[in-house]
Amino acid sequence: MAGQSDPHISLFSPEEIEFMAEDELVEIVPNMRMDPLNFISGDFGPFFPQIPANVPLWLAMALKKRGKCTIRPPQWMSIENLTHVLEGEREDQGAFQAVPFHYIEISRLLFDHARDDIPDIYMVRSLIEDIRDVRLHKVETNLEKFSATSAVKIAHLSAMEVNVVRPFVVRALQAFYKHDNPVVMSDSDSVTDRQPQTRQPQVPRNAQRQPLKRR
Amino acid sequence: MATDFGEGSTAEANEYETLMSTTDVQLLKTAWRNEKAAPEILQFQVQLVKRATEQIQLMEETVEEFEESGMDPLTVSLYQMDLDRAQFLLRSYLRIRLQKVEKYMFYIRKNDNLRNRLSEPERVFVNRCIDDMEKHLGDTVLSKLPDNYQSARRQSIISEEDDMVPEPQLETFVACKSSNRFVSLRLVDSERPLEMERHDVSFVLYKVIEEKVGVDIDLV
Repeated sequence: MAGQSDPHISLFSPEEIEFMAEDELVEIVPNMRMDPLNFISGDFGPFFPQIPANVPLWLAMALKKRGKCTIRPPQWMSIENLTHVLEGEREDQGAFQAVPFHYIEISRLLFDHARDDIPDIYMVRSLIEDIRDVRLHKVETNLEKFSATSAVKIAHLSAMEVNVVRPFVVRALQAFYKHDNPVVMSDSDSVTDRQPQTRQPQVPRNAQRQPLKRR
Repeated sequence: MATDFGEGSTAEANEYETLMSTTDVQLLKTAWRNEKAAPEILQFQVQLVKRATEQIQLMEETVEEFEESGMDPLTVSLYQMDLDRAQFLLRSYLRIRLQKVEKYMFYIRKNDNLRNRLSEPERVFVNRCIDDMEKHLGDTVLSKLPDNYQSARRQSIISEEDDMVPEPQLETFVACKSSNRFVSLRLVDSERPLEMERHDVSFVLYKVIEEKVGVDIDLV
């Protein structure tokens, strides 16, 4: 998406969304002993060789990088489940399948940092890419059916998908809203008062619009 | 709720997630997200920020002690990573609020409701910001204009109200999720309420959910 680094256009950067996903728990199998870790974000461990433990993804990746554990890919990342989800996505054009809120970020992080722990990684990877493409295409086609409304509900939309469609959806809904309520709605504020210095152009509008209130 | 999950595992994972999301870091993450996504400044989380700050300070000391006592460098680095993550959240939370204060300073100061949402240091900050901004605008431009046009907040002396003050745009749309199992929203343009379960993401007019943010609803 264009302008992803601009916080006014895209609310969260991909890095920030990844940061949130890194708190999701995964199962690791350590190959060393370590005392319990009493973190601010929670208590994890103790760790014993070959005994699986649940830890946040960032911790799993840190241990993995140092060769201290293997990561067990989550259950939903099995070829069986992914095939099932992909079929579901293709069959039902109106709805989304249930996938974890951070499925894109989690799978991406695991592909980058724990590729040797994922059986049939090429297959898994291409399935997830297909699921992602089908879903994004589905969001786009569903957006064509948009109409003037004060709310749009999409079940099972994931974090990254929300972020990708947000600029368009928000502006489209605002445009509809603006046409329904011509008085109250001002132009997208991200443009007009991005900086305090540029606020003057916005002003006469407020003043002039007041008298128009009675339609 | 589990009925519409084909696999069931995702539903259980979500439930588990809910049970786990009680640490202050999780709460801070939610507050950070809400603050980032909301068009206006939200209520400052006094207690939460206080607790998080204390925990961070304590952890900083602990990590230092670990280093001095010659603890295994791997363990120390893991504690440091945890600390860094918590610090990032806290700093980013405070920073977004400062950005909003800077952007809407005049509006926040004259609006009691908004001013009461600020922390004590933020209130000091908003006053200093306004003083600086007025002094700057006065020195550079306003003092050189005719007498009737010297206000930083009004276009001219005949304006009845502050008509040059940027206001947060509340009639905007935000993406949100229910933080409970289920939430029902009354919409302005529809007879039927909008019903949301945990897995639903909705784009809703901010004004409609304004009071529910941080209670039943979290912004994403």
